[in-house]
Amino acid sequence: MITYLVRRLLAAAGVLVLVALLTYWIFFALSPDPAVMICGKTCTPDRIDQIRATLGVDQPFMTQFFTFLGGIFMGRTYGSGEGAIECAAPCLGFSFQTNQSVLDMIAERMPVSITIAVGAAILWLLIGVSAGVISAVKQGSWWDKAAMMVALSGISLPNYFIALVLQYVLVVELQILPFPSTPAFGEDPLFWFQSYIMPWSILAFGYASLYARLTRANMIDTLGENFVRTARAKGLSSMLVLRRHALRPSLTPIVTMFGMDFAGLLGGALITETVFGLNGVGKMTSDAISKNDQPVIMGVTLMAALFVIVGNIIVDVLYTTLDPRVRTKVA
Amino acid sequence: MSMLPVGLMAETGEVTAEEGGGTGPNRGRSTTLRRVTTAMLASPAAMLSALFIVLIVLVAIAAPLLVKLSGWDPFQYDDTAINADLGGLPNLPWGGVSAEHWFGVEPQSGRDVFARIVYGARVSLSIAFSAAAITTVVGVVLGMLAGFLGGWVDQVISRIMDFLMAFPSLIFMIALLSALPAGNRPVLLVVVLCIFGWPYTARVIRGQTMSLAQREFVEAAQASGASKSAIVFKEILPNLTGTIIVLVTLAVPSYIGTEAALSFLGVGVVPPTPSWGQMIATAVPWYATDPMFFFVPGLFLFLTVLSFTVFGDHLSRAIDTGETSK
Repeated sequence: MITYLVRRLLAAAGVLVLVALLTYWIFFALSPDPAVMICGKTCTPDRIDQIRATLGVDQPFMTQFFTFLGGIFMGRTYGSGEGAIECAAPCLGFSFQTNQSVLDMIAERMPVSITIAVGAAILWLLIGVSAGVISAVKQGSWWDKAAMMVALSGISLPNYFIALVLQYVLVVELQILPFPSTPAFGEDPLFWFQSYIMPWSILAFGYASLYARLTRANMIDTLGENFVRTARAKGLSSMLVLRRHALRPSLTPIVTMFGMDFAGLLGGALITETVFGLNGVGKMTSDAISKNDQPVIMGVTLMAALFVIVGNIIVDVLYTTLDPRVRTKVA
Repeated sequence: MSMLPVGLMAETGEVTAEEGGGTGPNRGRSTTLRRVTTAMLASPAAMLSALFIVLIVLVAIAAPLLVKLSGWDPFQYDDTAINADLGGLPNLPWGGVSAEHWFGVEPQSGRDVFARIVYGARVSLSIAFSAAAITTVVGVVLGMLAGFLGGWVDQVISRIMDFLMAFPSLIFMIALLSALPAGNRPVLLVVVLCIFGWPYTARVIRGQTMSLAQREFVEAAQASGASKSAIVFKEILPNLTGTIIVLVTLAVPSYIGTEAALSFLGVGVVPPTPSWGQMIATAVPWYATDPMFFFVPGLFLFLTVLSFTVFGDHLSRAIDTGETSK
């Protein structure tokens, strides 16, 4: 188990470096010169050279990349002498737009993204999985048909579209809910809940639809297996068969998917946050993209990749405890 | 799999993962075709969605003609349809729907929404179809190679697939598209969709090829001295037909959705060229004052994605039942 973990972690580090290299290269090769952008309209060639030197973008590609990587592990210093700026490890650089440290920017917005991700995840797991299980058990019933129809629309409706339709109906027309925002929990829990409920539901709708379909399909497969038939033949009640025998094998693939989806969301619910104007990591990313703020995009991409990869490892380790068949292979 | 707003990509893997077995030796193919067709014809949902798909494809192809019929091209401004005193809102209620402008007009410019929807269908569908075609070819070839040859070939291909699938792809696609120079946006979109799309096809094909390679008819071909490429293309490929068709029908809606999302976020198709996602983005500031303008492109996007998904679902089930009942 230990060697397995070490191997996985090493591989993960490799993938991260590769992601960083690729992203860095894309911006190096394709983007307009950041020095010109920072310098603005009143700019002299001398000033551009100076900014280039401070940012280190006058260096060859590999030197730049390794300085960037080094900054993450050991920190780095921008410029030299009087105007030098220290950036402690893990240094992701500074935003071109606001001059803020990218790490601080991410840390500042992380709580909002976590709140959105956790709330939505609770909703979609509860609704998606239970709807899927009930549909599988009552296959072909009215419930099943209705639930699967809703699930189909859930995966076909663009969430930015329903987000605004819902906002129009609930906020503008009926005025049941306030416009979504990101208040602190402590001040007014009810208002906090009302402000987040729409983003949670919108995000959860798509995922719940997917999970309901997957759970149903897995469950139907499992219910047809021999060990379930044996359990039934032993005279166990259908509830007991479901709980003891059928649920676990049907849900293991869901765990994998959930790990990936949740980890992905921690990197920011880009569309949902942008549509509702919620100031999380996702909104920050889309703002950074529209302003071509490379250090921020770079930082978020790396962080999102880190979450997905770590999520993946956690899921695989969990798998070994959930699924006895995998346990022997790993140990 | 959070790359898509609704994660449709995961769907392609899921549906076909149930498929397992493959279609067996190809002698029964004409009967299979007949059986699948009968099953599809018997389902009203499948037929309705097929009807809508055909309609949208025809509309996309005939766009220039339809626009002549309606009298307005997608770039033409119509000042008489909007009211400058109201900030450019359409003169008529319901987004300016009238005999003149069938789906209303765009606020401020007065451009014809029908023409933009019709041309948008062209853009959205051609991007999705091209991406689906390319990812299918690449995915099938690499998937078959990995599954059939195994060894280091499989290792290399599988590691690349793992890498691409463990990637925060939505963020990355956006970053890539925003960094790339403007150029030919639709082509760039196809390229980006393909880079992240092919592993989902290849993964399924690889699995099926591996199980098909164990079957008797492949062994028989091997024993009779057939070359590797002959086995792959003459024995294995024909048996993957069903899977491939299902994968394509489910890939198309996921690409339509992703293209729309990217265009909605402003890194996809650039104005004045219309695309549905971009039309929704344009309508965002107007969603409260001119809901119709916001609603129309969303409805078309929804119905198109839904139709492809329903059709693909039924198709995969129709092909599946035959296998299990055999």
